[in-house]
Amino acid sequence: MFPSSAKFTEWSDRQAPTLLILPTVLIILGLSIYPLLLSLYLALSRFKLVRGGYELKFVGLRNFKKLLFGSQQYHFLGTLGQISLLEWCLLACVVVAFAYWIWRYLCSGKAGIFGTLGRLITATVLTGLILLGLSVLNAKGFPGSLIVTLFYVFAGVSLQFLIGLGLALLCAQRIAGRNFFRLIFFIPLMVTPVGIAYAFRMLADVSKGPFAPLWQWFGYGDFAWAVDAWSARWVVLIGDSWQWIPFMFIVLLAALENQPGEQVEAAKMDGAGGWQIFRDISWPAIAPVAATVILIRLIEAFKIVDLPNILTNGGPGIATESMTLHAFIAWRTQDLGGSSAVGYMLLFVAVVTCVSFFNFIAQKTQEAGT
Amino acid sequence: MKSSKSNSRLRRVAAVGTTSLCAVALAASTAFAAGKYDGVKVNIMTFTGPQIAEPLQRRAPEFKELTGAEINVVTVPFSDLYTKLLTDFATGTNSIDAAVFAPQWMVDYADPGYLEDLSGKVAADTDLKSDDIAGFFREFSQQYSGKTYMLTLDGDFHMAYYRSDILEAEGLSPPETWDDYLSIAKSLHGKDMNGDGEGDYGSCISKKRNAQAYWAILSIAGGFLQSKGTKQGAFFDTEDMSPLVNNEGFAAALDVYTESTKYGPPDEINLDVGDTRGLFTSGRCAMTIDWGDIGTLAIDPDNSKVIDKVGAVMLPGSRKVLDRETGKLADCDADLCPHAVNGVNRAPFAAFGGWSGGINASADQKTKDAAYDFFSYMSQPAQSNVDVTIGKTGFNPYRLSQFSDMDTWLKAGMSEKAAKNYLGAIGASLDSPNMMLDLRIPKNQNYQQVVLDTAIARLLAGEIDKAAAMAAIEEGWIELNEDLGVDEQLRLYKATLGQ
Repeated sequence: MFPSSAKFTEWSDRQAPTLLILPTVLIILGLSIYPLLLSLYLALSRFKLVRGGYELKFVGLRNFKKLLFGSQQYHFLGTLGQISLLEWCLLACVVVAFAYWIWRYLCSGKAGIFGTLGRLITATVLTGLILLGLSVLNAKGFPGSLIVTLFYVFAGVSLQFLIGLGLALLCAQRIAGRNFFRLIFFIPLMVTPVGIAYAFRMLADVSKGPFAPLWQWFGYGDFAWAVDAWSARWVVLIGDSWQWIPFMFIVLLAALENQPGEQVEAAKMDGAGGWQIFRDISWPAIAPVAATVILIRLIEAFKIVDLPNILTNGGPGIATESMTLHAFIAWRTQDLGGSSAVGYMLLFVAVVTCVSFFNFIAQKTQEAGT
Repeated sequence: MKSSKSNSRLRRVAAVGTTSLCAVALAASTAFAAGKYDGVKVNIMTFTGPQIAEPLQRRAPEFKELTGAEINVVTVPFSDLYTKLLTDFATGTNSIDAAVFAPQWMVDYADPGYLEDLSGKVAADTDLKSDDIAGFFREFSQQYSGKTYMLTLDGDFHMAYYRSDILEAEGLSPPETWDDYLSIAKSLHGKDMNGDGEGDYGSCISKKRNAQAYWAILSIAGGFLQSKGTKQGAFFDTEDMSPLVNNEGFAAALDVYTESTKYGPPDEINLDVGDTRGLFTSGRCAMTIDWGDIGTLAIDPDNSKVIDKVGAVMLPGSRKVLDRETGKLADCDADLCPHAVNGVNRAPFAAFGGWSGGINASADQKTKDAAYDFFSYMSQPAQSNVDVTIGKTGFNPYRLSQFSDMDTWLKAGMSEKAAKNYLGAIGASLDSPNMMLDLRIPKNQNYQQVVLDTAIARLLAGEIDKAAAMAAIEEGWIELNEDLGVDEQLRLYKATLGQ
């Protein structure tokens, strides 16, 4: 009996990790993978409400075709304009840079199939996005929800990182009332995005808002930011930044406070200036955290929806529509197939961007930091 | 003391008498049995007001007092209303027992059988005074395929409003054509019209995307596109269902629409109807295009600075209209514009058709009965004739008695001259043989609220030019026609025009 019992105990010990992890795996499969697969099927179908329920008709890639080449191209990719010779030259430089990057990897002696494939995907997608950007951002073009989203992501995250880092550097100093400022800077993060959107709508109203006298004094009493595409996008971006700068600030502040104090003190004693200390001591110390916090914000920034929806309703025209808002508006008009297709395009762009950032920037920064 | 006692008795008698008379009058006017719907709760969905939801919420406690039914008004943004209802009905969720919505959406709800046929109830309902409801609303807005599915609570027509005092002072006449409209707007733009020392606007038209703005471009286009009477229609060619949105007539309407923006508030393309109404009643606009609401909002002493300073006219028109044979704009003549007056073709637009109540066929019988009785109560002259004179209700006149009985308007604070002018403009629109009907084919919400609205918003934002906007609308409408079946859509379109 004993040997058999011992065998069973041994067997159950071996199986315990699997059994313990199984409920979590099943929950994740149920809550994440199943909706993902279902929405993929939706993206390949046409949804129609009928009496007693709904009808799904398989239409293949029609919804994606509509977004990329059909009647919704203007909405997703944008209105394509003519690319100038200078822009073609710029694109050629980008292609050469990517080619050199891949060539260096292949010559490094560490090249593998997945690494090469990953670099090729990154280079192709980024070149495609730059080409699209050049085409829609010239005089005759007009950006669709894809480029607008990328604007919110890259311009927004850069701005948030720089201001967040600046505030963190300030609050890391031994100045009077720094705890008060830490709290004040952190407050916007605790406000719901819809609340921020409404607050910004009120603040940014040039004719009735609290800053109206100031606008009028500057001679902008008749200027309506909401009717100009770029000013509307910037207002959305500023609102988003106002909410997310505190996140950058608080994480970077924690990283700065954990940097080796002895090194800083020693550098000061050796007569190093502030910039030198930041470049040679602080930045290497906080770089891994900075890369991680940027990655988190990149993932989150792709999902921006509340601010453009409340602030501008996606307007003027479709100028401030992010991909998530694009998908939401399609869903609201019962175009569930089109909405899911936009969702999948968002997933693709976000995954390529974030995985590329993680593999080629964040991971290297972390390795350098450790 | 004696005298005091006698007075007190007299007061008691008078009070009892008055109360009894009121009770009798109330019972006679409603014929609702007290406690008939005790314990019944009716969920009614409409759009986030305050308009439309306000009178429903205000009258709900009165109705509960009368019948015991609890009316729960559920509100959603206008852009979500159509889909929320369709989803609730189609998926069998049936959390909504009744709704107040646009009658033009009725086709999508009635065809699959989601809406209760109210024909029998309406025929038997003497308190409703159906004959008093203007023919257009009774026979078009309330009905689909010969059956009554909705009860009208509001009469909707787009009209042009102007500041009568300003135009008079400047020696200008109300606009007859869209060219007149632009010329008046241009001449008054920048003039201080409310005495605050700041320049005001020549024209205020709601142009916000995803709101109720897209009806305005149709109001302008009507006069260019439809000239041979209501049956001609203004949306599609009745021969082959090709959209009438990519031609010289629609281009002329877009020119008027975009030029009017020059004489409007700087953020006009981001203004909803509530915003333009606020600007007009605060005296900041010389003219606007709107439903009947402006007339009653303008007499609200709490919020209006233009009491008795507002005039209304039927929508302006054009001396040139689309010749459908050539596809070009042509001067009006007796053949092309048989209904023109002074050479001007006008097509008053029954935009939206008036908020109306419909009942979910899947609700239980007692709830359906209570919902019907509530809508009937709201529509009966005793309630409706008061509600249409209050600006915040969003309800506009639709009963014949509301046009003929001046007393309610005078009591509401309108001068006789203003009341005659306001009701005259609605009446003239209602009686016009060239009235333009709103689109009522299946998925009309997608044609208008999605395709048309987006293209117009892009044009106003400068994303695309006029030609591209017309091409985008045409392409979108053709795509929808093909998705839904061109022949079937054509058959239904012609049916709605009475062809």
